[in-house]
Amino acid sequence: MSRPQGIRTDKLSLWYTKFQALVDVSLEIDHGRVTGLIGPSGCGKTTLLRSFNRINERIEGVRIEGHVHILGDDIYAPEVDLVELRKRVGMVFQRPNPLPLSVRENVLFGLRVHVPRGELRRDELNHAVESSLKEVGLWDALKDKLGQRATSLSLEQQQKLCIARLLPLRPEILLMDEPCSALDPSATQRVEELIRELRDRYTIVIVTHNMAQARRISDECVFMLLGQVIEHRRTEDLFLSPKDERTANYVEGRFG
Amino acid sequence: MGVFATSATARRRHRTQKLAFVVLLGVTVLLILPVLAILGMLVYRGAPALSLEFLFSEPVRGMTAGGIWPAIVGTMWLVGVSLAISAPIGVLAAVYLNEYAGDTWYTRVIHLAIVNLAGVPSIVHALFGVGAFVLFFEFGTSILSASLTLAIMTLPVIIASTKESLSAVPMSFREACWNVGATRWQTIRHVVLPNSIAGILTGVILQVSRAAGETAPIIFTGAAVFVPFLPSSVNDQTMALSMHLFTLSTQVQNVPQEITYGTALVLVGLVVLINGVSIVIRSRIRRRRKW
Ligand SMILES: Nc1ncnc2c1ncn2[C@@H]1O[C@H](COP(=O)(O)OP(=O)(O)O)[C@@H](O)[C@H]1O
Ligand SMILES: [Mg+2]
Repeated sequence: MSRPQGIRTDKLSLWYTKFQALVDVSLEIDHGRVTGLIGPSGCGKTTLLRSFNRINERIEGVRIEGHVHILGDDIYAPEVDLVELRKRVGMVFQRPNPLPLSVRENVLFGLRVHVPRGELRRDELNHAVESSLKEVGLWDALKDKLGQRATSLSLEQQQKLCIARLLPLRPEILLMDEPCSALDPSATQRVEELIRELRDRYTIVIVTHNMAQARRISDECVFMLLGQVIEHRRTEDLFLSPKDERTANYVEGRFG
Repeated sequence: MGVFATSATARRRHRTQKLAFVVLLGVTVLLILPVLAILGMLVYRGAPALSLEFLFSEPVRGMTAGGIWPAIVGTMWLVGVSLAISAPIGVLAAVYLNEYAGDTWYTRVIHLAIVNLAGVPSIVHALFGVGAFVLFFEFGTSILSASLTLAIMTLPVIIASTKESLSAVPMSFREACWNVGATRWQTIRHVVLPNSIAGILTGVILQVSRAAGETAPIIFTGAAVFVPFLPSSVNDQTMALSMHLFTLSTQVQNVPQEITYGTALVLVGLVVLINGVSIVIRSRIRRRRKW
């Protein structure tokens, strides 16, 4: 069965000044699935994820070779508009990073940045807030607290809000970098549920160092080591019958 | 002995802790004492001179009587004009350096220059002001020349303190913005500036009070010992509080003591007032924005 392509990288290499953090990464990530990125700390998971929306470029001394195609378009082509790219490829970070604004303004921030003032009608804004918060399951808890500062919410709510914040821009791809690592187990469980609910509508790439989590939520899994992709298969297959010895060692917890 | 009885080491630690506390308290008191002593003396000797008459009238009889109104107005002109020049330029330069410029050899040279300029004695700025503004640009000895000199003096510190406030804004806020496709400018406008404005204002206002107090930079560039009229444009010369105090205490004989101290008290009061305003602004903004 062939699915439309979400992300394809072609011999992608990335250097931080002299240090090579990604080595010839060639990957195909299907659209409309959850793909887990696993591997020991420092193997380049975050770096790879951040090269999918070109956030890495803001770091001094970063050099990139190779190609990344998202939904068929080469995002490192010269004519690519970063603003458009980042609208379609949203990112959730390891630590929740709501802006120091109200809940409502956090959700609307993307729209405010992209649509000229005056073209935003109040009922449209209200609708965007309501539907985004509903989609992440925060509406009932927060509908009476839309004016509250987002930074005063619980970490779980903050992280969900950070996901909600991406939705008004109608992204197609959601990148998540260890989105649960700052959360307690029950909050983690609820965020995982949310990710499962979102999986049909978006291509989700999630970095995790938690193997059990990767098994629970991902359809496919990519195992990385020292900047290279070692194995990329259906999650069950990768965990039950890894082809590469290093994958086997890692998923069985012999190093990591 | 019970389980919770203090041991010998614990008692020793406790003693050390107490000693450290006493020493630190002592140093703090030593720091505050001179400030209190100066303020006390100024109030004690200067307060008798204070009156509406003193504040709002001109000096008379070779400055041995009368008030200091022209000097107050002059100081406001100098500070206002220099601030109007240095604050926008300084803040914009800091925004550029912190948010746009990369870490290259020439930005490092710029940083070095800023740090060094901030340490240059004000008399050197004064000489530069004479050479550049009074003579070369032919602005003459005027409020404009003096204010430009003050602006040059305060600019590096404003840049440095603004940069510091900007870099205190967590990187994650910027990433959150870029991540929804905000441009650099939108990020600065909506997130970086609102979250650093308190620190920026504090830095700027501290420089305002510094500009109000300096004498050297204005003495050859625009301030005069006595001007019989209030300035009406930046091309006029003017009196100034700091300059007036200098004149009263070194150049004129038979000045009643309370006039000199009264002038000093007004100058210090002005500076304290400005700093107080900055503290109020800062705490109000802080209360509004927290992270
Ligand atoms: N800004 C940076 N500058 C230099 N080296 C970096 C930078 N960010 C990450 N690295 C290095 O790149 C490698 C991969 O990092 P990262 O992608 O964060 O790994 P992971 O997310 O898998 O833990 C690590 O060795 C790390 O030290
Ligand atoms: Mg990481």
